[in-house]
Amino acid sequence: MEKNINVTLKIWRQAGPKVKGEFEIYKLDNVSTDSSFLEMLDMLNEKLIHARKEPIAFDHDCREGICGMCSLYINGHPHGLDGETTTCQLHMRRFHDGQTITIEPWRSAAFPVIKDLMVDRGAYDKIIQAGGYVSVNTGGIPDGNAIPISKLAADEAMDAASCIGCGACAAACKNGSAMLFVAAKVSQLALLPQGKIEAAARAKAMVAKMDELGFGNCTNTQACEAECPKGISISHIARLNREFLSAKFKD
Amino acid sequence: MAKKQESTTVDATKIDARIPEGPLAEKWSNYKAHQKLVNPSNKRRLDVIVVGTGLAGASAAASLAELGFNVLNFCIQDSPRRAHSIAAQGGINAAKNYQNDGDSVYRLFYDTIKGGDYRAREANVYRLAEVSNGIIDQCVAQGVPFAREYGGLLDNRSFGGAQVSRTFYAKGQTGQQLLLGAYSALSRQVGKGAVKLYSRYEMLDVVVIDGRARGIIARNLVSGKIERFFAHAVVIGTGGYGNTFFLSTNAMGSNGSAAVQIYKKGAYFANPAYAQIHPTCIPVHGESQSKLTLMSESLRNDGRIWVPKKKEDAEAIRAGKKKATDLSEDERDYYLERRYPAFGNLVPRDVASRAAKERCDAGFGVGNTGLAVYLDFSTSINRLGENTIRERYGNLFQMYEKIVDENPYNTPMMIYPAIHYTMGGIWVDYELQTSIKGLFCIGEANFSDHGANRLGASALMQGLADGYFVLPYTIQNYLADQIQVPRLSTDLPEFSEAEKAIHTKIEKIMKIQGDKSVDSIHRELGLIMWDFVGMGRNKAGLETALEKIKAVRHEFWTKVYVPGVNADMNVELEKALRLADFIEIGELMARDALMREESCGGHFREEYQTPEGEALRNDEEFSFASCWKFTGEGNEPELLKEALDYEFIHRQQRNYKA
Repeated sequence: MEKNINVTLKIWRQAGPKVKGEFEIYKLDNVSTDSSFLEMLDMLNEKLIHARKEPIAFDHDCREGICGMCSLYINGHPHGLDGETTTCQLHMRRFHDGQTITIEPWRSAAFPVIKDLMVDRGAYDKIIQAGGYVSVNTGGIPDGNAIPISKLAADEAMDAASCIGCGACAAACKNGSAMLFVAAKVSQLALLPQGKIEAAARAKAMVAKMDELGFGNCTNTQACEAECPKGISISHIARLNREFLSAKFKD
Repeated sequence: MAKKQESTTVDATKIDARIPEGPLAEKWSNYKAHQKLVNPSNKRRLDVIVVGTGLAGASAAASLAELGFNVLNFCIQDSPRRAHSIAAQGGINAAKNYQNDGDSVYRLFYDTIKGGDYRAREANVYRLAEVSNGIIDQCVAQGVPFAREYGGLLDNRSFGGAQVSRTFYAKGQTGQQLLLGAYSALSRQVGKGAVKLYSRYEMLDVVVIDGRARGIIARNLVSGKIERFFAHAVVIGTGGYGNTFFLSTNAMGSNGSAAVQIYKKGAYFANPAYAQIHPTCIPVHGESQSKLTLMSESLRNDGRIWVPKKKEDAEAIRAGKKKATDLSEDERDYYLERRYPAFGNLVPRDVASRAAKERCDAGFGVGNTGLAVYLDFSTSINRLGENTIRERYGNLFQMYEKIVDENPYNTPMMIYPAIHYTMGGIWVDYELQTSIKGLFCIGEANFSDHGANRLGASALMQGLADGYFVLPYTIQNYLADQIQVPRLSTDLPEFSEAEKAIHTKIEKIMKIQGDKSVDSIHRELGLIMWDFVGMGRNKAGLETALEKIKAVRHEFWTKVYVPGVNADMNVELEKALRLADFIEIGELMARDALMREESCGGHFREEYQTPEGEALRNDEEFSFASCWKFTGEGNEPELLKEALDYEFIHRQQRNYKA
């Protein structure tokens, strides 16, 4: 049932990308345990605004766990401690009265801080632009049922395609690797006949772009899978490696 | 270069949708056969601005770039993949007839017109049904992982308002998969340099030169810098204005500002009163609530909706003294099954929403606020077993449990209606061109295809139809006359003036330094909208709303407090600029609802109902799209009418009882 709790918030503040940041401590009282984590931050911002102070900048949009815009490292975990949950789906009933909550931005070389808790994830877009697509133009395509696809392959492609591009995988990785993100897209398209044709070239192009953008290497720590809010399996990384190696052999 | 046969002129004094001649089924083919085209070498010299990267914006930007146009694409999020189309759950309709159950282009057209309560334009809707099949093919080719049967072919499911299974889906995440498909096509063009992407940019005005849209002014949301962009044509695909209500199923950033900006430059705003209130959303929990979450319409296939029969039981439940499971079968009122025996729990969205409100208003609501009804799966779980229900709705049940902290397998869900989608929007002609030449509007942002009520799984269809298959044709009919126009300098006075006006507006807001936060004023507006311009509307209430909105406008412009400075990232300033426009939209919605003295689809005027409490249309007087024309700040807008002549369909009263 609903009750109210008081929490202490230790939040990373940073005025801009080139400025040194630091933690600030805030007390927030009477937070309904039915509120979401981001509604709690709304409350804090409302309080700051009333005190004529600058509110905390953080990314968020759909608030139902699908757009991938929200981020935040909460008590040492991307999207908090709950499994398969985005920050916007996290609720205050998971915290107890008097708890101190530490909130930081994604910490990854490839995701520079823009302001406070907001980071630039443009690198993920650039990886997709390098090859995360099937090369078809609009129109002039065969009927949707012209090529049957096994339900198994379609379902597995769907699981890979569930990636919301939030960046938790790279943020969780001690090497700052984007392998799970890249693997999810490579795997989705390699599983489908429409994407199979370019599979090897795609893997090569996307991995090259990932390396170029400053993401680290994968050393199979599996932190990405553990922290992924959509539960994307690292088995997709194995498929990426297969496609990547087959491309390299052809070279 | 003004040519005599200007096929793209919209006469400002008379509303003409410029629908092609000929039989309904041949209009689009005839149009395409005779429209003007732009040759490949000229395409490279033409710039098109597309604002928005949702299903409509991303598909349009990608398709135009593939054709060879030079595209500039803007979004307010950090990536085009975040646009709110991503949150659509249920599916996308198409007239494939893969199930051999009697579907056809005509039937999809007919269902959409009827579902919209006969307030949409026939020719547009027919074209929508016609191009629907190509959308499925396109998405499959892009690698969208639609659900499939064991034989490898595409699977379908049923949705409200149709007797056939024509809905294609990808789990409960169809919007996400379709958007990522369009995003991948867009990304491919960005990689090739054919699209220049501007993320974290917000359009603040359109620039009109000699009566034609020639660019936009946008604010870089990271630096706060106001920048100017030229193009030969501008396309608006910025979604709906549901967030006027503060609490809605829209994303936090979804807004109606681009629509208001172009409205103030001369584009008509059509049918603003037509807003869809979705019956199955998670109820409001308290004052800190920031948004509402939708539970898919598909749940009504296996869930039964009820409230207690006796008021004492409802009161006991609200006080926490009784639980839903304490009530026996005969103490429950399955009011949809009682009122609509033929359709039961699967009546259309507008009907289900009003019925829930009626019960709660009468004192039978549950939850601690009394503004909730039960959606109960126990009958289905007994019949089919918990596993079958988990397979069908597992992700939705999990989502519910995360928010409400109750297990819907053991205790009924609580739901209540919430604002979800806006059928109204910027008026466009058959070519999707607004009343400003060279300015186009696509997707939810325009008013065109859903009439007064949208059917489930049709929003995705319309967004992609506009972006992939309609606009890439029709915009060429305009651009063919523009090939002699050079890239204009953004130093022209029209650009400077538009930018100056924005600076003045921002300075004015920053200088108020009052004591009210943007959100607190937005909440006030939302409550007024919900109370007086929501599910049940009447003359006195709408007049009250107009007065109250005026007061909110005054409060905003005298008491709002925006911290920080303009020349930097400033989220509160972004919200303030959007709220100023929501206030304008709220007023337009109330004005339109007051003018429309009939009930149709999502617009329910309590004075106009049948003895059984159903919506009563007035085709004699109100068979038109209301187009509001801006006449200056502080002035009342002028009402223009586009007559809706039904040539091919016979209008009827919708009946879901028998």
